[in-house]
Amino acid sequence: MRLIVHNMLTCNIKGVVNKFPLRIEAEKVVIKKEVDFNTDFLRHMLAKIEWKALVDGARSMGYTELPDHAPEAEESYSFLKKFHHALLELHLEEGSLVCQETGRKFPVEKGVPNMLLHEDEV
Amino acid sequence: MKLKQLEGLLGDLQQFSNPNVELEQYPTGPHIASRMLFTAENSYGDITDKVVADFGCGCGTLSTAASLLDAACVIGYDIDLQSLETATLNAEELEVEIDLVQCDITKLELKGHQIVDTVVMNPPFGTRKKGADMEFLSAAMKVASQAVYSLHKTSTREHIKRAALRDFNAKSAEVICELRYDLPKLYKFHKRKEVDIAVDLWRFEPRQN
Repeated sequence: MRLIVHNMLTCNIKGVVNKFPLRIEAEKVVIKKEVDFNTDFLRHMLAKIEWKALVDGARSMGYTELPDHAPEAEESYSFLKKFHHALLELHLEEGSLVCQETGRKFPVEKGVPNMLLHEDEV
Repeated sequence: MKLKQLEGLLGDLQQFSNPNVELEQYPTGPHIASRMLFTAENSYGDITDKVVADFGCGCGTLSTAASLLDAACVIGYDIDLQSLETATLNAEELEVEIDLVQCDITKLELKGHQIVDTVVMNPPFGTRKKGADMEFLSAAMKVASQAVYSLHKTSTREHIKRAALRDFNAKSAEVICELRYDLPKLYKFHKRKEVDIAVDLWRFEPRQN
């Protein structure tokens, strides 16, 4: 699971208000560096990404280079490289996504998060 | 990539080893999958450099096609773990990157100021769980910011069009083409050796929020 996916996942347990973002507990992180660096795409994504969720998620996965805030004006090449790395090259292979309100853990195994709810959570 | 080449690559993918009839698990054949994604990119520019979601991805045929057509990011969603494991193998085999999520797409709430550009899907037709086709369409229309490509039985055409425009926030709902979907005898209750049904390939555009 990459952080671009994590930036969309919420806790959909019935009644939960604070459903996003899910906190990451990382047990195994893999870095895959073969993703094409596309600056147009990254600039496009910058407007859509929840920045704090990305920074916190990256930190949980061991990457601390992202600034606390995304740049207001022209983004530098070095910033885009870091953004690219965090968004698309960090893979959570094993761990959990934790609901901040209920503490419910959604397991991540072999890179696939399991968001299926139990009967009493629907 | 040429259409024939894409179709050839998709033909090598592994499919369901133990298809579950209740989930309407039928493989999306390489003929339909290649044409669907090729049209989405060549006629509408909806795949290359876009974020593409595949709802009910099964073994990942549509996801793989999107990736081969250079989507910036492809995310497959399915309820069945075994299928997702096959999808993982398929992605590795063709050396493409596909993120996968196990979930009930009808209950999933995706946040994200419309990170997803395009949804592609071959949803259940609703023959086992009534209304499943509409639930998938509704979910897709909430997530896609640019377009939804979906397959539905031709017999449901008027119903789908009405629901999309009236209830699912569609700006437009067009049948791009009619295809014949070959279903090989997968389940014991299938009497004929092969059956083909008429399906419509739809393109829906959501209204901007």
